[in-house]
Amino acid sequence: MINLTLPIAEGDIKKLKVGDNVSLTGVMVTARDVAHKYIMEHFIKEEPQGKDKELFDLLYKHLHDGIIYHCGPVVKEDNGKYTFLAAGPTTSIREEPYQTDVIKYFGLRGVIGKGGMGDKTLQGLMDHKAVYLHAIGGAAALIGKSVKEVLGVERLDFGMPEAFWIIRVEDFQCVVTMDSHGNSLHKDMIERSKGELDKLLAQ
Amino acid sequence: MDFKTPMFELIKDASTNLPRDVIDIMEEMRAKEEADSNAKSVLGTILDNVDLAKVEQLPICQDTGMIFLDIYYPSGFSTLMMRKEINEAIKEATQANFLRPNAVDVVTGKNTGDNIGNGSPSIYFNEWEKDYFEIRLMLKGGGSENVGIQYKLPDSTLKAGRDLDGVKRCVLEGVFKAQGLGCAPGILGIGIGGDRGGSYYLSKKQLFRKVKDASPDKELAVLEKDILESANKLGIGPMGFGGLTTLLGVKIGTYHRHPATFFVTITYLCWAGRRKIMTLRQDGGYDID
Repeated sequence: MINLTLPIAEGDIKKLKVGDNVSLTGVMVTARDVAHKYIMEHFIKEEPQGKDKELFDLLYKHLHDGIIYHCGPVVKEDNGKYTFLAAGPTTSIREEPYQTDVIKYFGLRGVIGKGGMGDKTLQGLMDHKAVYLHAIGGAAALIGKSVKEVLGVERLDFGMPEAFWIIRVEDFQCVVTMDSHGNSLHKDMIERSKGELDKLLAQ
Repeated sequence: MDFKTPMFELIKDASTNLPRDVIDIMEEMRAKEEADSNAKSVLGTILDNVDLAKVEQLPICQDTGMIFLDIYYPSGFSTLMMRKEINEAIKEATQANFLRPNAVDVVTGKNTGDNIGNGSPSIYFNEWEKDYFEIRLMLKGGGSENVGIQYKLPDSTLKAGRDLDGVKRCVLEGVFKAQGLGCAPGILGIGIGGDRGGSYYLSKKQLFRKVKDASPDKELAVLEKDILESANKLGIGPMGFGGLTTLLGVKIGTYHRHPATFFVTITYLCWAGRRKIMTLRQDGGYDID
């Protein structure tokens, strides 16, 4: 197990290889479909102004050399205090159109999700020195336990699953499945299983 | 009669307590996976999570899904009444964090916050001749719903004709396309025949069968076993990390088809197969399995 503390230095990311087990501690931010589209349309395509600028500054503080978690959690609210109850990863491939731009824009060192991402993101990980980390899909109660504190939530009007949740995690475990050197477990698995499929269909 | 209380209990149980047969098959497959493999370790984490969710009454998965209900009710009961009470139970279960708010307006993008919306929950009412209710609930996540697929036979690229061999060919391609995206290892519900919509309903209904049962139709039982064994040769494995366990089960149902159509519809249920069946008697007593 490789222990990493957020924010992460570029040098530490370059050392990571597909198959490495990683334990993360520090602050990360959840962002999924609506959030990625929003970042693209309100930050990247135009200079953020007013409230958007405030949101950008806050996110940048946590995301530069940081990590985005593709997650739409179940969160309990008790007198304004939030607790993560269930927080597994969501399917990452839906962010494929945006991910590389978002990595570049914030200077992200990684994204956590499930199912892997495509060629565009793999290239982005190489160009901007970041990794794709795979958490266990559905292991939501267990992962929820590694979220020790909710530091804040932004754009809750997007809905509970889609908001930006700023969280402090301890011993958040995941596996590197796409590294900054162009390797992807997912790409390998598609090729390998395609070979098996062709064999089965030839029968 | 009080519908709301048993409905709430059914939702809570489905969200937090994975069916025993699904746990058993994952334990069995975990033992078969290679020592020190990713597959074994992933299945171990999954089973730890299932235990924790049950003990602490937490949602097994944060995606508590689109709420699917297939309801069988005795003659003389109002489906309007049932729908109203079901909606109340869903609102309460959302408040109690057994459900994540998952109903989003397509036009405005606004989440209703309580899981109630147009077509949400998705309910099928069926009147029957028995004197009790059977309420079948499935909490099925969006990721697994996204990898569902419908084929129409023949399909020349797959050399799939209008027969059971053709069915097998397109289902195997469907499993390949799904990779780990639907949270493998999954259970396949397959509907053959019907119209397009009916075929999807049929495929989803199959998922209420126990993982290890076999179709009462001998030919379909053979096909279910054949597809399961073949799909597990693809090597996709838990989470798509590689391994022996790509699927946990295959369940096939059929409808009569129109002479011109031959639909094969696959609904993929993730390993967190949160489906429960409640028998509700008219005196208010109920059992959940």
